[in-house]
Amino acid sequence: MDQTEIFEKVVKILTPYVKNQKALEGISLATHILDDLKVNSARLVDVVLEFEDAFDIEIDDDDVDKVETVGNAVELIEAKIG
Amino acid sequence: MSNRVVVTGIGVLAPNGNGVRDFELALRKGLSGIRVNEKMVECGFGSHVAGVPQGIDEIAESYFSDDLLLAMNSGHRCGAIAGVDAWTDAGLERPDPDDDRVDWDTGAVLGTGIGGMDTIANAVVPMTNAKKVRRLGSIVVEQVMSSGVSARLSGILALGNQVTTNSSACSTGSEAISMGVERIRRGLAKRMLCGGVEGASHYIWAGFDAMRVLCRRFNDAPESASRPMSATAAGFVPSAGAGVLMLESLESAQERGARIHAEVAGSAINCGGHRGGGSMTAPNPEGVSRCIQAALADAQIAPEEVDAINGHLTATGADPKEVRSWAKALGCSPSDLPPITSTKSMIGHALGAAGGIESVACVLMLKGGFVHPSINCEDVHPEIEPYAASIPHAALETPDLQVVVKAGFGFGDVNACLVFRKWNE
Repeated sequence: MDQTEIFEKVVKILTPYVKNQKALEGISLATHILDDLKVNSARLVDVVLEFEDAFDIEIDDDDVDKVETVGNAVELIEAKIG
Repeated sequence: MSNRVVVTGIGVLAPNGNGVRDFELALRKGLSGIRVNEKMVECGFGSHVAGVPQGIDEIAESYFSDDLLLAMNSGHRCGAIAGVDAWTDAGLERPDPDDDRVDWDTGAVLGTGIGGMDTIANAVVPMTNAKKVRRLGSIVVEQVMSSGVSARLSGILALGNQVTTNSSACSTGSEAISMGVERIRRGLAKRMLCGGVEGASHYIWAGFDAMRVLCRRFNDAPESASRPMSATAAGFVPSAGAGVLMLESLESAQERGARIHAEVAGSAINCGGHRGGGSMTAPNPEGVSRCIQAALADAQIAPEEVDAINGHLTATGADPKEVRSWAKALGCSPSDLPPITSTKSMIGHALGAAGGIESVACVLMLKGGFVHPSINCEDVHPEIEPYAASIPHAALETPDLQVVVKAGFGFGDVNACLVFRKWNE
């Protein structure tokens, strides 16, 4: 799976949690999940569960804390799926 | 002098009609919303019938964003839709989620009798037992905390006054309205969204089925199953939905030129103390009579001014006692009892939502000048026979209807009574 594919899947998973729908239009690796997309911080645990299901990986809590941007998520997933 | 409290907005989801217009039509026609419930059949319930408002998910999807819907179980959906409808019916705009302004003058008392049982049954218990606690994610707590229904509405409407959820079994919705009235009278809020909510879930109804208090004799004739005051009444029919009123101080309503539907002239809440025949599951008749009398005294309305009664009347053995309690409280002979009707005959017993939905019925009756029929009791219960002339089997046109009294009684021997008065400009 290449980075573009991962990115597209990540965006699809994030979409229902996004409160700032306008930020979705210009979404990139640099987009901040909480600050730009206005995802409720409590919902990050649900997003991570969906990443785990979609990519068949396990993400520990320490890794979750490092995810701030869409790019962070894509890189983390990329590393996990090897 | 304390503030007068009026109703300026109505929101309702009921098994026989969603929204004010459809619900009022259904009430006038005596339309039953009771249907066979497949889950109850599948799970081997004795009773196979229930009342579930139709199309809730479609309405919710058109009202709320995806991120809200992710954590809205059946009760949340019903409460939030009815709450938003009451808000817009009151002539207010839904605030933009990005607008940081808070409405500090408006609060909510949105009650529920049982709460998020569907979330507990579908997620918490199976996931926990399977050692998958982590998989519950962030969306469980807000759906199972009792106050979740009112908290949800606060987030949608930016409510900044008191926001809470009361719970007093089947008197919940009526109690919520009484609590809101008190807060506005004391000048602590201008507006309160008040009423009751109950989700549709066979898990909520299972315990009642086990108690043998649900109707089992009309599984093949669901529309005839809810039979308050009937000789062949065989238990209540469980149901779901929400009824929410926007209560507002008269001053605030007049200031902003709001349309006034009716006045809440008075209310009372009490408990029979599980004495004198009262118990966890049965009302102390003295508590019931006292509650009704206290509400009338609070409204400064004489018993003979009561034009119609919207009873609790569930179709259990308690109906005859209730009818006698009304007569005792009003100090009238059987032939003088005002028209008495049961909304549950059409919608079943919506538990924590019952008082909310039935209060909506009272307001609509006052506004529209009618008393809705109490269906399925052509064969009046022998103990209620002396009062039979007071039971409408078809809608009564009553243009002079001025005062309607609503009472709700719940497990725990708790009572709540509301006195609604027509608003005369």
